[in-house]
Amino acid sequence: MTAPLLDVKGLKRHFPTESPLFGAKRFVKAVDGVDLAIGKGETLGLVGESGCGKSTLGRLIARLDEPTAGEIVFEGRDIARLDDRALLPVRQSIQMIFQNPFASLNPRMTVGAILEEPLIIHGKGDRSKRRRRVMDLLGQVGLRPDHVDRYPHEFSGGQRQRIGIARALALEPDLIVCDEPVSALDVSIQAQIINLLQRLQRELGLSYLFISHDLSVVEHISDRVAVMYLGRIVEEADAVEMYRRPLHPYTEALLSAHPEPDPLAVSREIILEGGVPSPVNPPAGCHFTTRCPYVQPRCSETTPPLVDHHPGHKARCLRLDEIEGNRLTEGARTVEHKS
Amino acid sequence: MNALATIPDRIDMADPIPVLSVSGLKTRLFLKDGVLPAVDDVSFSVMPGETLCIVGESGCGKSMTALSIMRLLPRPVGRITGGSIMVDGVGDLAELSERQMRRVRGNHISMIFQEPMTSLNPVFRVGYQISEAIRVHHRVSASEARDRAIDMLEQVRIPLPAERYRSFPHQLSGGMRQRVMIAMALAGRPKLMLADEPTTALDVTIQAQILKLMNELKREIGMSLVLITHDLGVVAKMAQRVLVMYAGVVVEEADANSLFARPLHPYTQGLLRSIPRPAVRRERKGEIDTIEGTVPALTALPTGCRFSDRCPMVHEPCRKLEPPLASPDDIAAPHRKVRCWLHASPPQ
Repeated sequence: MTAPLLDVKGLKRHFPTESPLFGAKRFVKAVDGVDLAIGKGETLGLVGESGCGKSTLGRLIARLDEPTAGEIVFEGRDIARLDDRALLPVRQSIQMIFQNPFASLNPRMTVGAILEEPLIIHGKGDRSKRRRRVMDLLGQVGLRPDHVDRYPHEFSGGQRQRIGIARALALEPDLIVCDEPVSALDVSIQAQIINLLQRLQRELGLSYLFISHDLSVVEHISDRVAVMYLGRIVEEADAVEMYRRPLHPYTEALLSAHPEPDPLAVSREIILEGGVPSPVNPPAGCHFTTRCPYVQPRCSETTPPLVDHHPGHKARCLRLDEIEGNRLTEGARTVEHKS
Repeated sequence: MNALATIPDRIDMADPIPVLSVSGLKTRLFLKDGVLPAVDDVSFSVMPGETLCIVGESGCGKSMTALSIMRLLPRPVGRITGGSIMVDGVGDLAELSERQMRRVRGNHISMIFQEPMTSLNPVFRVGYQISEAIRVHHRVSASEARDRAIDMLEQVRIPLPAERYRSFPHQLSGGMRQRVMIAMALAGRPKLMLADEPTTALDVTIQAQILKLMNELKREIGMSLVLITHDLGVVAKMAQRVLVMYAGVVVEEADANSLFARPLHPYTQGLLRSIPRPAVRRERKGEIDTIEGTVPALTALPTGCRFSDRCPMVHEPCRKLEPPLASPDDIAAPHRKVRCWLHASPPQ
């Protein structure tokens, strides 16, 4: 197998909390030992609930934040500890799209200026070449040439996200970290943006890290999916495999709680008790013990490793072999729509 | 005579007449740059024990409809300019004074919102806020209100209710805060709850908890529910009947099964096709069907049908005349309604 485009190993980001007057300093372990890889032209979906660390992980990979420990190997080179100057060429190759396109676009700049800015910073071409590139970008994301002199507030949410995508494409990146790119959009607009992202991937050979809490969107767009819970990846598999046969009890509960847009869908739902524990003081051993319907005392004693359970299907659970035959949701996901 | 005297405390449960019956509701927003028809000729009713979902995209008027019913429109810009809001045992809410409305809110209808943090007072303990709601509706002593508040917390399945009584809103998670809001909304034992995107801000596993709770409470109390959401998954799970809104009007009304199995309005069809449903998701990376364009601004509605500029099936009368919301004339479905010239004959 060829080396992946991105190979993340043992990545950690610990944020210090307000330290108590006495006693040990405490940390929010937002990302706590993550391994993942993304191949060329591949989409890795990253799902999890709020506070699980998925956005922090995305920001680390785009190097908008500095990791506490671990490696981020991009095109064979560890970029985890590069300083700003050394990062400049890397930033061309890794770009980011944000959830709220309005907050991430400067309201005082025209669309043309927004799209030209990265080209200027990275010294790409002269004025007329840059202008041509900007017009190309507008066309690529489905905006009109006359949009170039308008300001962000003149656009709808979907169009603003198109501007955000065009800006991310300006420097011809290899990898785009998409952090909840369609979550703020209406359903009918979501589909337009998803189609656009997929078309751009086909045309430009892009790789995506697609971060989302929307399980349907992730299933549709991803080649592989990783599930995150309290700073750790708890399961990773091919998208089809993951949704057909979730292994980790958290993934199983998450998928079963996702309401299908079909009133005839018979899904056996696992309702988890309580909420996600505080990442400052996560449960010992497996972090999911406080909510897991299959929990046993030994789950709190050791941290389960993320290991292959089926070929290419990794999960972080000690009891997988025992619970495999006694699933709470046997066949829950075999939802067929009666036509 | 005081009109309040005619408002009974409780409504008869076994009554087959609707709990709420909205007819021809018109709500206008009077802004600097013009008058916006936020809600236009909206009619529907809610039967005892029923869950009605109102679904639509942002700006379609679903929240404005709920705020009109509660008479909580932003003042002074929002005003009900037509129609009636009949509540069983109360009368027409559109005609009531603010003082009379205060007796209706909580006692007959209550409402919960998307972000519970903005609806809770951050400087008071949640228990106090619930007992305050109880004392508004019932003449009870402070300690009795406290006991009832703890009962309410227990009823919404909050663990350690007596301890949680003393919590401040910021000490609770989003799901717990929404439970507190539901407890407050139930304090006056209303016959109807309006819930405006109650789980939109919550994670999917917490959403599942809250939806389950609302269904259980509905059964326990015998309450009706109007659930406003943009999430068709939530609609499929909760609704008996569905109202689809677009640009201020109802475009389709049907029982949930029929709506999902055979949507009639091209907008409903487009909406259902544009979510990656299981069948679509399995052919991964394929194009998802979309609705072209965006929702029109209320200041610039197309003439005729409001969906005409995005509709793939647009034809002759659509751009001239607004279709009525009526039973379809091409299929036998007397309980369904659709606002589309494909299912109605335009006047000659």
